[in-house]
Amino acid sequence: MSSGYIVTILTFVAIYISLALSLNILTGYAGQISLGHAAFLGIGAYTSAVLAVHYGLPFWVDFLAAVVVTGMIGTILGLPSLRVRHDFLVLATMGVNFVVVSVFKYVDFFGGAMGLVNIPAPTILGLTFRGGAPYLTLTAIYALLTLAVCWYLSKTWSGLAFHAIRNDEDAAASVGVGSARYKIYAFGISAALAGGAGSLYAHFLGSVFPDNFVFVESIGMLSMVIFGGIGTLRGPIIGAIFLRLMPEMFRFIQDYRFTLYGALLVLMMLFQPMGLLGKDSWLWKFSTRVWPGYRTSKREEMP
Amino acid sequence: MTLLEVKHISHWFGGLQALKDVSFQTQNEILGLIGPNGAGKTTLFNIISGFITPTKGEVIYGGQRIRIHHLRPYQTVRLGMARTFQIVKPFATLTVEENVLTGLGMPFYPTSKALVQRYKTASNMEKVEEILTTTHLIEYRNSPAAKLPIGLQRRLEIARALATGPKLLLLDEPAAGLVSQEATELSDLILNLFHQGIQIIVIEHNMRFAMNLCQRIVVLNQGEMIAQGTPSEVQNNEKVINAYLGQE
Repeated sequence: MSSGYIVTILTFVAIYISLALSLNILTGYAGQISLGHAAFLGIGAYTSAVLAVHYGLPFWVDFLAAVVVTGMIGTILGLPSLRVRHDFLVLATMGVNFVVVSVFKYVDFFGGAMGLVNIPAPTILGLTFRGGAPYLTLTAIYALLTLAVCWYLSKTWSGLAFHAIRNDEDAAASVGVGSARYKIYAFGISAALAGGAGSLYAHFLGSVFPDNFVFVESIGMLSMVIFGGIGTLRGPIIGAIFLRLMPEMFRFIQDYRFTLYGALLVLMMLFQPMGLLGKDSWLWKFSTRVWPGYRTSKREEMP
Repeated sequence: MTLLEVKHISHWFGGLQALKDVSFQTQNEILGLIGPNGAGKTTLFNIISGFITPTKGEVIYGGQRIRIHHLRPYQTVRLGMARTFQIVKPFATLTVEENVLTGLGMPFYPTSKALVQRYKTASNMEKVEEILTTTHLIEYRNSPAAKLPIGLQRRLEIARALATGPKLLLLDEPAAGLVSQEATELSDLILNLFHQGIQIIVIEHNMRFAMNLCQRIVVLNQGEMIAQGTPSEVQNNEKVINAYLGQE
């Protein structure tokens, strides 16, 4: 295995950590299950690609535009969540994913099925990040930034509001939380962070195709969140690392990647519904017992 | 002082009339709302707290006489009205402490305060401690709400409601499923809250609990208000006896 290959894999891992963490805000914190997160990755990637290829704008402009545009579109696409709940919302987000991919595919401006190519490597302050370790650093910084946003969010009133809404919207209303705007906000911030990841994705590959953002990709992202431990910070990170690395380490299962994802999801749902490192998972309990200082002191068992 | 005035409330669910022209006022008291199953008690609560808009009638609140029957639940909370639920709805994945924190001034939409400000401030934690002490939940403060037995979950709902700083507290069957020792403790807690100046309306199925606790009782039967008065007046009221025991 060449070191270039390993760096490429790790770059993808970093991008997917950002994606899984951003989806976790919406699904893990606010409880709005989405099977359309690849659409936000795609919107971010295409926004960046269009601005860079068609208009020749510098990286930092098209990166910020990807964050803002995807955030705005996410906010709008969050509106159905006000009318539909749970399983119907899942279907609605799936539909959004299909529509977005179709737009990329059938609108000439977006390059159609041939996609957009020749996206330049990003240049920041005169430094060009052309693949390799520098680009890995860039994506790692973004993953850390996403992590920081998620961490801070969970400490703020809006983080608490998300938890309240996920648990019970009526009870949330009874303590003065208007669920609607918080849900829209969750969609917005989740999409915006995914949009940033999309921009990095596009600049890394140098090209974008509609097929990069299809529905199965959304399933992959949701698998990462659920597999690792939904609603926690560590879960999506572990999920993204594990589910991205595993097929690479065992190349013979590469073709059966989604079979494996599916099987893992079924097993997790049956035996560890809170995920590998979720709050009540075997592994988490075991690790906190072996290393008690690691347990955040606040979540102890009942006296 | 009349804090809440319910005026000629009627409500239909499709073709079913759940409430028929119900009117009453609260005075400075613990008011009981009793009646057989399906009498419309919870519907009335849902109307008062803004979860349902009534088909007809008005709900008037507070000294400023605000007409609140068209407000949303999160708006009635801001006015100083808090409630609990018949089927308990604690935030299961949050700890007891965090459950109470949700009531302490959560912005009702994502304002800049909601986005930036942390909720575990020293002053908020102090208030939480005070509320958990009053409600005798302090020893469970770090337990996830889901792990509490039902009696404690009911008390947690009261604690969460108290955190919103209510002037009027609506309790929907707080004693349901409690053993008598727990019910007595709950009674004491409710009385204690009343003496701190919170007016209380309580829906109750447990007759003895209601009769001991409430100063005045409103009786509903099939959506109609059939009696109101002191516990002893209500107990001897013929219509009430018929409603509960059936006519001969």
